[in-house]
Amino acid sequence: MKRVLPGFGLSLGITLIYLSLLILLPLSGLAFKTSLLSLGQFLDIASGERALASYRITFGASLLAAMINAVFGLVVAWVLVRYDFPGKRFVDSLVDLPFALPTAVAGITLATLYAGNGWIGRYLEALGIKVAFTPLGIVVALTFIGLPFVVRTLQPVIEDIEPEIEEAAATLGASRLQTFARVLLPGIFPALLTGFTLAFSRAVGEYGSVIFIAGNMPLISEITPLLIISKLEQYDVVGATALACVMLVISFVLLLAVNALQWWAANRHHGKHRVSL
Amino acid sequence: MSTSSRLANSEPRWLRRVLIGTGLGFLFLFLALPLLAVFAEAFNGGWSAYIEALKHPEALSAIGLTLFIAVFVLPFNILAGIAAAWTIAKFDFRGKSLLITLIDLPFAVSPVVVGLVFLLIFGAQGAFGPWFAAHDIKVVFALPGMIIVTLFITFSFVARELIPLMQAQGRDEEEAAISLGASGWKMFFRVTLPNIKWGLLYGVILANARAMGEFGAVSVVSGHIRGETNTLPLHVEILYNEYNAVGAFAAASVLALLALVTLVAKTIVEWQMRKETEMLDAALPPEAVRNQE
Amino acid sequence: MPRLIQKLVLVLVTAWVLPALADSSLLNVSYDVARDFYKDYNPIFQKYWKARSGESVELKQSHAGSSKQVRAVADGLEADVVTMNQASDVDFLAGKGLVTKDYAKKFPNNASPYTSTMVFIVRKGNPRALQDWADLIKPGVQVILPHPKNTGNGRYSYLAAWGYALRQPGGNDKSAQEFVSKLLRNAPLFASGGRDATTTFMQRKIGDVLVSFESEAELIAREFGKGEFDIIYPSLSILTEFPVAIVDKVVDKKGTRKLAQAYLDYLWSKEGQENAAQNFLRPRDAELLRKYAAQFPAIKTFTVDEVFGGWARATPAHFRDGGTFDQIYQSK
Repeated sequence: MKRVLPGFGLSLGITLIYLSLLILLPLSGLAFKTSLLSLGQFLDIASGERALASYRITFGASLLAAMINAVFGLVVAWVLVRYDFPGKRFVDSLVDLPFALPTAVAGITLATLYAGNGWIGRYLEALGIKVAFTPLGIVVALTFIGLPFVVRTLQPVIEDIEPEIEEAAATLGASRLQTFARVLLPGIFPALLTGFTLAFSRAVGEYGSVIFIAGNMPLISEITPLLIISKLEQYDVVGATALACVMLVISFVLLLAVNALQWWAANRHHGKHRVSL
Repeated sequence: MSTSSRLANSEPRWLRRVLIGTGLGFLFLFLALPLLAVFAEAFNGGWSAYIEALKHPEALSAIGLTLFIAVFVLPFNILAGIAAAWTIAKFDFRGKSLLITLIDLPFAVSPVVVGLVFLLIFGAQGAFGPWFAAHDIKVVFALPGMIIVTLFITFSFVARELIPLMQAQGRDEEEAAISLGASGWKMFFRVTLPNIKWGLLYGVILANARAMGEFGAVSVVSGHIRGETNTLPLHVEILYNEYNAVGAFAAASVLALLALVTLVAKTIVEWQMRKETEMLDAALPPEAVRNQE
Repeated sequence: MPRLIQKLVLVLVTAWVLPALADSSLLNVSYDVARDFYKDYNPIFQKYWKARSGESVELKQSHAGSSKQVRAVADGLEADVVTMNQASDVDFLAGKGLVTKDYAKKFPNNASPYTSTMVFIVRKGNPRALQDWADLIKPGVQVILPHPKNTGNGRYSYLAAWGYALRQPGGNDKSAQEFVSKLLRNAPLFASGGRDATTTFMQRKIGDVLVSFESEAELIAREFGKGEFDIIYPSLSILTEFPVAIVDKVVDKKGTRKLAQAYLDYLWSKEGQENAAQNFLRPRDAELLRKYAAQFPAIKTFTVDEVFGGWARATPAHFRDGGTFDQIYQSK
């Protein structure tokens, strides 16, 4: 295909140079440092009992938090775009708060709120649910920090939905639920997936807020970034980079899979669209 | 696009109420209550203690430094974000998914590790550290290091915001401009930029919030020198550890307020954006809009 | 907008250029709760130095977690002096060649100008009647302490309990590990730091006892009120030392050795020692210790050197990966 538009070389060049200098070069330093380990040493660090437990907790809690965010984030985005209610502007602006509040403040505040005598925790405790200082607390913190990603990726897409599509579906006798599931959801699904992925990947690396609410018990509520810090406390930089590499590779593979999936879905969709025209 | 025109294909009233209730309840529990708790702690010692905490020279210098870094990284984020989005949204090439993934990657790197990574390069025991030390250039534990780390963590926002927007807009307008004989730059400033300017601002505002609020990564390369390399989030943590909860939460509330200021800016931006699209919609009959796509 | 930027630039320039106008400057890299102490000490020293040499000196402070700070110094943070809460942190710098290996002998008292000890903070009236370490391992007692592997106070708490168990009749390494393991099983969580542990205990009302530095009890009182808790002194505890050292590599490069030496020496002066006592840190000066006896009850203590053969041996045995702490948490 012949390219009509100019600037491909220039923009790709800028992107690649910037990406290499700022992102790839530093990250390759990480890989280099890890390569100082022998394979046996690396496996010892990366697959120890505590490390494995921490992957389960980190990735499990992140997954759960991202799923909570996907569901409630969709509701929030839908409500913010489609409905009018008093104070909507203020509510809308609240959504970005988790980016601006330092993670430690978020962690301390959430722990206080969800502790047994906190504003929220006292009601949950009465129901027999403990949140602060349990793995559930980790999910709460990760939900907090990931929310903006889902809402902000969904909002513009929901705004873009053309009313005619829904009207047509309604005219053809589809119930509201059918319209949503068959017509609307496929349209917003890619954006939902993007938001989910971004929230998930941000959650995987999160440290500052989690340690205040997790309880940090070995094998139960110890996240991988805490183990990295633990290595650094022992001045074991190489061990820390080894764990960081494991996390990075897992995250990279997950992100790549989602992006490839999305690209494939978009192209397929695009192709169909062309044909139907 | 008024709400009334949608009534035909809107949810029944009860469902709307349930959805609004669910959404707001969720936001209340997860966002509003924490914010309220921060302000409650900040004003625990009364208004005067709050002001006193913020008037402290170390607090002022932290606010200044935080704002300076946030402003400084803006142009870099804009340039790199537009370049990346232009490449990805307007062209097809092999390895595109890989490139998008690399752009997403900074989100996934633990802040703890980001700082460490730059120490491995610029630190005294790092790859280039000794060279910088020999030339008396301070990178880490000084402003440059803190800026580089902030660039790393904010890199993805602008591109991530622009890519879907530019993809949705397609290439037709730019291609038309080129075929009418416009130069590349002219096309960019006359066609592309006006199309993406609001989305761009939206990305910048998100990046800005993140730049001001980041703690973990900056903490590793800052050196924590009071009144010199302490940013606002670092100041918050240090005050908290010193049993000065009022000071800590007062500083945190400033960050929340700074975020609100950017959010007000964003609201204005969005309002403008909506007005423009409405004008556009009004100017063109719907058929024309669809034919254009 | 440009005006705002101008103002900002002005603020920043003032922050970075003005210090250069002082005759000389000194950067003290320290742990995080030491700020109050040095906030009071710095003006005392500045006055003394002005009188002695006629120079005005600018003193810069950096505070954060202890091991994080020494890692920063090793990575190039130009500290003239380090003032830490654990010898292992200074040992690390000695290993990197930044600090002389025999730094502990360069100043009196193991180079630690003041000390503290680990005590129990309990709820008002001590409802669970917790008097000694042995009470902390009873079933149902909840103990709050910072992470024993990742934080300085956590490590001191861990070693204090271990040393206590070791010194009991028939005590040996095995019984001590058993004891500490029971104590840790009574911990519902590991706080991320000393301050976090305090918040958890005082504000969130979790746990029956908080293990903390004696010196932090005063800070807790300031934040949460004096009548809110009781301090219990166990029969035996650990003497926590706070070593200071000159960073040779930096002072030689900057030419600040004399100033750095004087800055640390003066910590042992009457004024420096009295400042320690006023910040609830036990002064080395015997006379001052008597003067402030009311706030420093007598308590039997042991040092890390005496019981564990120094941090250089205690750290690998207990806190490295695979050490006793990790063994307690192995599933088998």
